[in-house]
Amino acid sequence: MKNIVIAAVALVLAAGALGVIAFGKLGENLVYYWSPSQLLAQGDKAIGPTIRLGGVVAAGSIAWNANKTHLDFKVADGMLPTASFVTVSSNEIPPQMFREGIGVVVEGTYDKSGVFRTNRLMVNHSNKYRPPQEGQSQEEWQKSLLEEEPQATK
Amino acid sequence: MPSWVPLVLLLVPVGICLALPFKRDLLDKVWLVLAAEAVFGIGVGTYLALFSVPPERDMGEVVRIFAAHVPQVQNALLAVVLNFGCSLWFLIRKSWVADSLAESSAEVGLYLGAVGTALGAIWAKPTWGVYWTWDPRLTSAAVMLIYYAGYLALRRFTDNPDTRATWSAALGTFGIVIPVTVYKSVVWMKSMHQVQSSPETVYPQLVTAFRFSAIGFLCLMIVFIYQRYRIAQEQLKREVAPPEALGAPQGAA
Repeated sequence: MKNIVIAAVALVLAAGALGVIAFGKLGENLVYYWSPSQLLAQGDKAIGPTIRLGGVVAAGSIAWNANKTHLDFKVADGMLPTASFVTVSSNEIPPQMFREGIGVVVEGTYDKSGVFRTNRLMVNHSNKYRPPQEGQSQEEWQKSLLEEEPQATK
Repeated sequence: MPSWVPLVLLLVPVGICLALPFKRDLLDKVWLVLAAEAVFGIGVGTYLALFSVPPERDMGEVVRIFAAHVPQVQNALLAVVLNFGCSLWFLIRKSWVADSLAESSAEVGLYLGAVGTALGAIWAKPTWGVYWTWDPRLTSAAVMLIYYAGYLALRRFTDNPDTRATWSAALGTFGIVIPVTVYKSVVWMKSMHQVQSSPETVYPQLVTAFRFSAIGFLCLMIVFIYQRYRIAQEQLKREVAPPEALGAPQGAA
């Protein structure tokens, strides 16, 4: 009988914990990254501390310096031209998947001039895996991906 | 090869597991069949992943690790859910079979989870750019490894089989929070890790390689749990009956 009580208490505690994790406000305090619009909405509070910003690399925004040691690009909420964006300045060499339209998460600080400076640039991959297509160049393929919904915007 | 072919292999482990409640000693005879299927499935899956799956368009060659990382973390979650089921079973029916199975599945789950997480880190470096980041999926996976390491440590806190089984069953029952959180973390929270793939989002060659490997690892998990279960049952017998009662010679060191 005592063991049944232990089982019941453990199950109730487990259900409660899952409820808090799934439906509680946990996500708001422990958020892994902010989207550009969330970061902009924070105003002055976002300036200074080390934070993560996640979104999509805006089309046509990637700009390397002459010797490819420094990179500027825009992280946007989505692929629409009207989406909010934050300009990111990175000294980090991005992973090979980095391109326009891919999801990224950057870790760094947002400064007064409205530039997000990062030393940690991460690229995320969606749950879609595709084989190479005959007769399609890497550039054509990447262009065709620009219309898709990238992962980081969820 | 069509991607449904490896699913035929699933008949063996699923059939055996469904028959187990009716024939408890079934695995004593057929575990070698499962061991052979484990070697075959993991072998074929690895071979296909390394030599016949074309590189992924974005990711390139690294995608091959999919057929090793995903099966191991999936089976780790499965083992941990089995630990939950057995813990609850012990608390309700006080079955020593359940206690031994709970211990075995926690240990095998911890092993598969540790290897699977390490493979994930190796995969993350070339794709994401980092080995580790504290996103919800990775953090909850780390919590899972620590929790079940703690579960196994707790089992060694006492020599009394009754106390040990009851304490660990309470921990194992509450533990269901962990695999559910690991599994759903990518859906519930913003994360670096992608959400679950499905055969619709993965190209067929990779699905085939993955299925061979996943079914192989499923068989491996069952064999490991079965072998570890036998050790646990032996240990219980010794604890309940002193060595003399089992016929050990008196005074033998």
